[in-house]
Amino acid sequence: MKKIQILGTGCPKCSKLTENAQAAATDLGIEYKIEKVTDINQIMGFGVMMTPALAVDGDVKSVGKVPSVEDIKKILA
Amino acid sequence: MKREWKIFAALVGIFIVAYALPLGSPKTQQAIQEAFRLLQWYARNHTLACVVPALFIAGAIITFLSQASVMRYLGPNANPVLAYAVASVAGCVLAVCSCSVLPMFAGIYQLGAGLGPASAFLYSGPAINVLAIFLSARVLGLSIGVGRVVGAVAFSVVIGLLMAVVFRKGERAKAAAALQMPEPEKPRRHIGKTALFLACMIGFLVFSDWFNPGNVVVTTTDGREFKAAVIHETKDNIRFQLEQNLGPDKTGDKISLPKTQIAEMTEQQTWVIAVYHIRWYLAGLLGLAVLIMAWRWYEREELRQWMSNTWQFTKLLVPLLYGGVFVVGFVSVLLPEKHIAQWVGDNSLRANLVASVIGTFWYFATLTEIPITQALMKLGMHNGPVLALLLAGPALSLPNILVIRKVMGNSRTIVFILLVVVMSTVVGMFFGTFF
Repeated sequence: MKKIQILGTGCPKCSKLTENAQAAATDLGIEYKIEKVTDINQIMGFGVMMTPALAVDGDVKSVGKVPSVEDIKKILA
Repeated sequence: MKREWKIFAALVGIFIVAYALPLGSPKTQQAIQEAFRLLQWYARNHTLACVVPALFIAGAIITFLSQASVMRYLGPNANPVLAYAVASVAGCVLAVCSCSVLPMFAGIYQLGAGLGPASAFLYSGPAINVLAIFLSARVLGLSIGVGRVVGAVAFSVVIGLLMAVVFRKGERAKAAAALQMPEPEKPRRHIGKTALFLACMIGFLVFSDWFNPGNVVVTTTDGREFKAAVIHETKDNIRFQLEQNLGPDKTGDKISLPKTQIAEMTEQQTWVIAVYHIRWYLAGLLGLAVLIMAWRWYEREELRQWMSNTWQFTKLLVPLLYGGVFVVGFVSVLLPEKHIAQWVGDNSLRANLVASVIGTFWYFATLTEIPITQALMKLGMHNGPVLALLLAGPALSLPNILVIRKVMGNSRTIVFILLVVVMSTVVGMFFGTFF
């Protein structure tokens, strides 16, 4: 099971990223758990300066942009 | 679930207003009319020539300028002098949406260049995005628009430096994590092309937004001749602001003349007015250049992304701005004019202090600070406090302060708040003395 974390303080771009990540994971048919990290200190703990960011199993995979569903599939695969 | 509750709360709010609104009272009727009048004024004067192009520019900035390259100058190994300079103007490129300001502020503070540049960024960032600049200049007047940009940029550096000096001994709690930067994208074209593209778009906005200051030479039927600026024109009267002394009235005074007393009125020959007459040709030319560049230089995918980013901003900002305009129009009628004039009607220390303290704690949703200050100005707020409010307003708010406190602790937050209040008051007073 993969743990997908969305780092962001809750602006529309973060929701978009959440949507895309869900779509990508569902398409791939993998088991996953999605978690939104909104606490700013926790986000800093990932070393992320620009939100929204995407982390999979604790590793930051994308920073400061909303990757497309296809791009997230590549990250998750 | 949280989202559903918000929608529910909004519906309940609308219901209560609809249920309880005293439609019979003339005050309410007047307020409703004013709300629609202000909304129409924005729709007619500020939408097609200002908000729409600015949204496209904001989208283009996010899509075509690499934000990662800007953040690099604010990273842990940044040259300190450069870091201040970049932090004070980075809001232009980075902070198109105010929700991104706080994470970047926290990032610059904990992972990057440190307290000084982070404070500078936090102060100037929300004030200098394209939309805020053009709307302030257009709606509130050119001098306030320029004052806002210059004040925000210049004093962000001062505040940043003061913060750094006050807390020079404090240990900086560096986050343990290694800095995660977005990988630098290979530039797909020469930076000059991107710069020219953005410059043409901003040029389009400048010209489509060009304002006629209405400087005229008036000859009255009794043979007097004077220079003045037209403020507004009704069916029978024209209201002027004098540019020279006229009898008992001094330069800067506002007078009304019936049209029957005016024999001749000619425009003054200034370059501003000359440009005004050809503004659509200039804007059209630049608009055409933008289209050709977009078609020749950019890939389909990039253009699609540009449109998608523009649409994201539109969805985010348009309801806030126009909703804000509507609410402000409604509320401004109900505000007691003489209280506003009493508190912030002049350029005294107290007026500026009140404006900047209110601005510091009050929460302004993105861009709504503009219709709010516009309404206050109409009710008699002086230019100095206006600028103080505009400087302190978007930089800080109560919810904002709580987040900042979590990031940098109590003492730094208190000093920062004090600096923002003091600086905004000083700049407001200084500005109010001259304009």
